[in-house]
Amino acid sequence: MNQYQAFYKRIDKALHNDQLRRNFRSAMDGIRQRRLAQFPDKQELQILRYRAKAIRNKSLSRQAELLERLEAKLTENGIQVHWAETPLQANGLIHKILEAEQATSVVKGKSMVSEETDLNHYLEQRGIEVIESDLGEYILQMAQEPPSHIIVPAIHKNRFEVAELFQKFHPEQPHTDDVDELTGCARQVLRKKFAYADAGISGVNFAVAETGTLCLVENEGNGRLSTTAPRIHIAITGIEKVVENLSDVPPLLEILTKSATGQPITTYFNMISRPRQPGEKDGPEQVHLVLLDNGRSRIRSDEELVDTLRCIRCGSCMNHCPVYVHVGGHAYGTTYPGPIGILLEPQRLGIDKVGSLTSACTLCGACGEVCPVRIPLPKLINRLRADAVNAKPSEKGVPGTGALRSRSEAVIWKLWQSIYATPLLYRGFKFLATRLRRIKPPLAAGWRRYRPIPTPAPRSLGELARQQGYEDE
Amino acid sequence: MNQPERVYFFGTCLIDLLYPKAGLAGMALIEREGVKVIYPANQGCCGQPAFNSGYRQEALAVARAQLNCFPKEYPIVVPSGSCAGMVKHHWPELFAGEPDESQAIAAAQRTYELTEFLVDVLALQLNDLGQPTKIAIHTSCSARREMGVADRIDSLIAQLSNVEVMDHSHKTECCGFGGTFSVKQPDISGAMVEAKCNALLASGADTVISQDCGCLMNIGGALEHQQHALPTQHVAEFLLQRTSGESE
Repeated sequence: MNQYQAFYKRIDKALHNDQLRRNFRSAMDGIRQRRLAQFPDKQELQILRYRAKAIRNKSLSRQAELLERLEAKLTENGIQVHWAETPLQANGLIHKILEAEQATSVVKGKSMVSEETDLNHYLEQRGIEVIESDLGEYILQMAQEPPSHIIVPAIHKNRFEVAELFQKFHPEQPHTDDVDELTGCARQVLRKKFAYADAGISGVNFAVAETGTLCLVENEGNGRLSTTAPRIHIAITGIEKVVENLSDVPPLLEILTKSATGQPITTYFNMISRPRQPGEKDGPEQVHLVLLDNGRSRIRSDEELVDTLRCIRCGSCMNHCPVYVHVGGHAYGTTYPGPIGILLEPQRLGIDKVGSLTSACTLCGACGEVCPVRIPLPKLINRLRADAVNAKPSEKGVPGTGALRSRSEAVIWKLWQSIYATPLLYRGFKFLATRLRRIKPPLAAGWRRYRPIPTPAPRSLGELARQQGYEDE
Repeated sequence: MNQPERVYFFGTCLIDLLYPKAGLAGMALIEREGVKVIYPANQGCCGQPAFNSGYRQEALAVARAQLNCFPKEYPIVVPSGSCAGMVKHHWPELFAGEPDESQAIAAAQRTYELTEFLVDVLALQLNDLGQPTKIAIHTSCSARREMGVADRIDSLIAQLSNVEVMDHSHKTECCGFGGTFSVKQPDISGAMVEAKCNALLASGADTVISQDCGCLMNIGGALEHQQHALPTQHVAEFLLQRTSGESE
């Protein structure tokens, strides 16, 4: 099966799942309204977006220097820094840390980068117990599904579906579909895990070079427990998450939480600067940071696509995407769904693998309009479309450049060009199309599934304009 | 900008072949205000279909043929948000580094979407002569976001005393056309236009009005396919009919 066929299959499955579509529609409608309520002043919002963009641009333009400073400061603070080029290296590093400490159980806070590396499976295959402690991620671990959204990972499930999972995995607990009671049930189970886990693994939202501080945004307190209760804390993140100063954090944090969930601030905001010091009563004995590249350096070397790396993972682009709302996150088949996934995943995994994602976009601009760091998502997605069919791929470009070029499509566009760029031919084409207007070419079967082929007018505008005496120059 | 003496009218390929009445109506509205409309006979397409499909060389060749149709410094008026957006925002990108880049940038700078031109340049005043009616306005994503002119159609319609504008749910959401998207992702497109049609049908409107014929081809086609009798019309035709006492 080629990547288009596999993509169509996932889309078909999603579109025929009415429950799934209702879940996404209502969830996205709610989250859009909550975001809007956080930005009553449109001008203020634009100021916040420009400021956040500038901070992220500053961080990216000085990334190498900031990463060096980050490493030095973290090391000074007693946090051990590890570098990984590939997902496999990152997983290997984390496994080695756990192995050295004879750690056999791990609680995880939510981390999309660990989804990128498929860390859970890697560790489980090596005999380590991994428990997701974010409620949404915990639900998905029971269901054995990947996240369908980067912020609200189990948003594709409604509470009745969640209740069924709890019934199946925790038959000892009384059956309920009340959200608070289900949360209570998860809390009961997870508290015990936090108490005995050897290590906690988390992501990072901002890594501050100036102070060597790892910032973690969360709502459930599971992030704080994962990073403080076990004796080892391992944080994993992408290298682009570095920012220069502590003062860069508040503007980013504000626009992140408002854009993501429509919250003025999250319930928890963790700032991790060092392991437990002598005399301190809690906190991990060891803190590690794994910095993953996984294609980010290459993305950064493209002066247009570098904007991709401004992303602070708020998920607002998917919340507002008219395609995402109809098909949901799993249809994309990649770690990151929605507009940012369409932009990031072909760059990370190759156009030859997932370039077809770029077709799932109407270029409506809704994502670019809400992006808190002003990533020109439609423009860059369209750029990837050009890369996908590029006839002369260069080695330096996005991996898999040119992989989706098909001879038949290229011929159609050449034909289109010769008609529309040659006035005489175009006039001849229009003459025939208007005179033979009742003849419907059996083109575009997909279009015809939902609408008829439109009928040309009896006379074109060009002819009518001439007849009515409009001047032509 | 003061009222110009002459403007170029870029009818767009869709209107040229499928909806010429919308083009003629747009031209008539402008001429009625005392501005002479030039319709370059050699015009065709802005290049958007190929540009949005990744075929930039082909798009450039077609865009260049249009650029050559607008040699003088008259404003270029386009009765479509997405085609105006292509010229205004993507021609500079498409022509970057080409010998005619500066002409393309100049053309982009003097390009207007039709309702934008009617409101911002002509300050069009309308006197409604039509019967009471209810309409729903579907603003194209390009007019709304790329061009930022969503309020122009609203303010034109608001001048029509006998027209009631009906609200509909998810008004700002894309109708699912997206040019070649509707062919490459037909089922997502179909789901999106179905949702859009349902919202428009539930609005209680007698007619759906838009500034973009791409959206209207999609929405109108889907309504026809589902055998609903809700007609669609380009805003230029609607405005001309309402203010000239004509009726269909």
